[in-house]
Amino acid sequence: MTFTMAPVIDVAQARREAGPVQREVVFDIQDLAVNYGRATTAISGVDLDIYRNLITAVIGPSGCGKSTFIRCLNRMNDLVPGAKIDGKILYLGEDLYGQGVDPVEVRRRIGMVFQKANPFPKSIYDNVAWGPRVLGMKQDLDERVEKALTGAALWGEVKDRLKKNALSLSGGQQQRLCIARAIAVEPDVLLLDEPASALDPIATSAIEELMHELKRDYTLVIVTHNMQQAARVADLTAFFSLEVDETRRSGVLVEYDATDKIFTNPSDQRTEDYVTGRFG
Amino acid sequence: MSRYRRRKVVNRTMEVVATLAALVAVTVLVIVVVSVALRGAGALSWDFFFKPQALFGQPGGGIANALVGTILLIALATAMAVPVGVLTAIYLTEFAPKRLAVPIQVVIDVLAGLPTIVIGIFVYALLVIGHTQSGYAGAVSLAIIMLPLVARATQEVLLLVPSTLREASLALGVRRWRTVVGVILPSSVGGILTGTLLAVARAAGETAPLLFTSSIFANTVQTDVTKPLPNIPVLIFTYSEQADPALHEQAWAAALVLMGFVLIASLGAKALLARSRKRLAG
Amino acid sequence: MGDGAVRSATVSAVQTTSPLQARRRRLSGRLGDLSLYVVTGAAALGSVVLVGAIVWKVFRLSADSFHQFGFGFVTGREWDPVKHVFGALPFIYGTAVSSFVALVIATPLAIAIGLYLSELAPRGLRGIVGSLVELLAAIPSVVLGLWGILVLGPFVAHHVEPWLHSAFGFIPLFGDPQQTGQGLFTAALILTIMIVPIVAAISRELFLGVPRELEEGALALGTTRWEMVRGVILPATRSGIAAALILGLGRALGEAIAVTQVIGGGTRIGWSLFPPADTLASKLASSYQGANPGLEISSLLYLAAILLVIGLIANLLAQIIVRRFDPLRGAKA
Repeated sequence: MTFTMAPVIDVAQARREAGPVQREVVFDIQDLAVNYGRATTAISGVDLDIYRNLITAVIGPSGCGKSTFIRCLNRMNDLVPGAKIDGKILYLGEDLYGQGVDPVEVRRRIGMVFQKANPFPKSIYDNVAWGPRVLGMKQDLDERVEKALTGAALWGEVKDRLKKNALSLSGGQQQRLCIARAIAVEPDVLLLDEPASALDPIATSAIEELMHELKRDYTLVIVTHNMQQAARVADLTAFFSLEVDETRRSGVLVEYDATDKIFTNPSDQRTEDYVTGRFG
Repeated sequence: MSRYRRRKVVNRTMEVVATLAALVAVTVLVIVVVSVALRGAGALSWDFFFKPQALFGQPGGGIANALVGTILLIALATAMAVPVGVLTAIYLTEFAPKRLAVPIQVVIDVLAGLPTIVIGIFVYALLVIGHTQSGYAGAVSLAIIMLPLVARATQEVLLLVPSTLREASLALGVRRWRTVVGVILPSSVGGILTGTLLAVARAAGETAPLLFTSSIFANTVQTDVTKPLPNIPVLIFTYSEQADPALHEQAWAAALVLMGFVLIASLGAKALLARSRKRLAG
Repeated sequence: MGDGAVRSATVSAVQTTSPLQARRRRLSGRLGDLSLYVVTGAAALGSVVLVGAIVWKVFRLSADSFHQFGFGFVTGREWDPVKHVFGALPFIYGTAVSSFVALVIATPLAIAIGLYLSELAPRGLRGIVGSLVELLAAIPSVVLGLWGILVLGPFVAHHVEPWLHSAFGFIPLFGDPQQTGQGLFTAALILTIMIVPIVAAISRELFLGVPRELEEGALALGTTRWEMVRGVILPATRSGIAAALILGLGRALGEAIAVTQVIGGGTRIGWSLFPPADTLASKLASSYQGANPGLEISSLLYLAAILLVIGLIANLLAQIIVRRFDPLRGAKA
């Protein structure tokens, strides 16, 4: 099992002392809980930090709240009627759900790529240019589009057909287009919710390679149900699982550590069961 | 104003505009309904429902003849439209080859969109010229209006029957016609009834076709369909064009009755539709 | 083939007393199938033939007038039963203007209502307000016309027209106010009330049909709700809305009763929207009684033919648009 390694971070130790290799904390998540009314708790008691310019993977069996968790980070759960969020998420020190915080601004800085590629029924150019145009980044739109498409490793393939309908691209290309669209508005963070689950292996590896590149400029959080992908791509991995007691069932964060530790020497038995395939 | 603030203001403005638009629509509905109710309620009485129209110039009288006539017209029209509509829908869903089905559907949609006054003129040309107006001609014109509505609603509900049901029945050796009559139709009855109810609500309010086929009537209760049948829409129309305030009052009351019936029937049909959809989906 | 094998298997499984009985059952079965096919096919055919018959009959009865006036009828300005001179232009003008004004007012209103019902309304209100808007479409036109004569007309005459004339009188559209409020303007308002629910209901369905992931994709970029509507929802539903508007227009064109009640009647062609006029449909409704057989009736039917053709074109156009140009299907965008 090979994987890239960022400078090794002992998460637990980093919390205890300020070492020389101290990365900036982008998200400080404290005791996060989400429930959708009717006593359906999606996640509860989630505590972790996301670090700058690293890829953090969120893995776990289906239904354990991975998507719910990641959607809290850009306030997409606001769009779900009946969703209630408890706890605190500090983005660069500011409470994401604080008074007077505008979700519109949040989403500009914290971009998202979805499980199923969802390009707009517009041309390739317009897909990437629409966001910046609306948000007021109108100068040098052409350069901006080229930069975004290059950043998504798509420029070469589409530069001669920018006016064509985006729906004419293949699945993998559409997903890279969505990545280009997301980075065109110059976000700080990129959230990827199972970005390659609907793609074939070749397209998947293209996306994974892309993520290594993107890590340079952005902080990435990726949800994946594919353990090998997490092992290949992520610096840090968070393992979620379902906790069922008499009153309710909810997703909880079981273990969060450097990727190789999670996969080779997990501290929690549940983690070990999952990564060795004994369940989930 | 910063770009960001301006965007927020525009967003808020559009929200307000959309809400106002909905408010305007609801307000207009309320105004119309309340107007009719307020002005019509006064004339409602036992006499109103059970006495026929008064002789010209005489006070009093009611809409008994028109009420009976409308009921007869609708009943006759329904009896004509529903079988043809249902059969047409069966043909479209069970027998028609793809390349025939679409053009036929287009034609039926066209029929649904034809100006009702043209339909009235057509039936006039067919059945009234050379004879006289008749309740029969009026019913035919209403049936033509109801036909596409029934056909469309039936088609929709027939398509909801899963093909596995059809296949299972046929695989048992049951004949096609038995399958349709014994399995598919019974499960679609609810939808057919709903479609019929909607068509009835629509036909009850139609005036233009009756203008040509059943508008010159006496003010006595009439049940002979070979003669023009008094009916409520034409009564309202005729009274509304007169300058007599007493007639206006009766017109409002008749309008209240008609509108009440149409609205209740429409609401009932929609409720039935919603419930049956929920049952099939859930 | 397989059917026969199953059939004979069924027959042999059932206790039959004689091969003759089995054959009768098979025959009656096949007869039943055939009968159903014939009966339903006849019904469907009848529906199609009906439309053809309507078109044919109307055209045939207008033949006399067509022979007399030819296509010049369409530009003829006079309608005089005494002089036996008939022309359709005043009514084409009335139809065009009343429908156009109604469409202009109804379009933004209906789209806004559709957006409210699909994007903005809180859960509980969505169903109620939606049903109320649809109820507006269910009001019988004769009732709306009655209300138009006795309530809307006077209101327009005493409040709206004078205000419009004093504020915007420099635009020839808003000429001198009328006494009774009967005229093109009131008719256009009534038509608006009829068009809005149709277009709003269809728009709502169209907006709800835009896939959620497209909406989320737009919002995730940091755009406001309105920007998402303008950039994603409206372009994606373009063709559907166009078809809805044409359907609404078709409704307005064919409306005879409510229009004839409030439009006053006349053959005037002029700039102002306020004086009385007639549309093709309203002229037909008002002239049905007392029309002289012969040229006058034939000319009325010529009007009906024109109305029929316009209505057919509008209807077919709407259907073509819906079947061909849907951007969401990944087709022509």
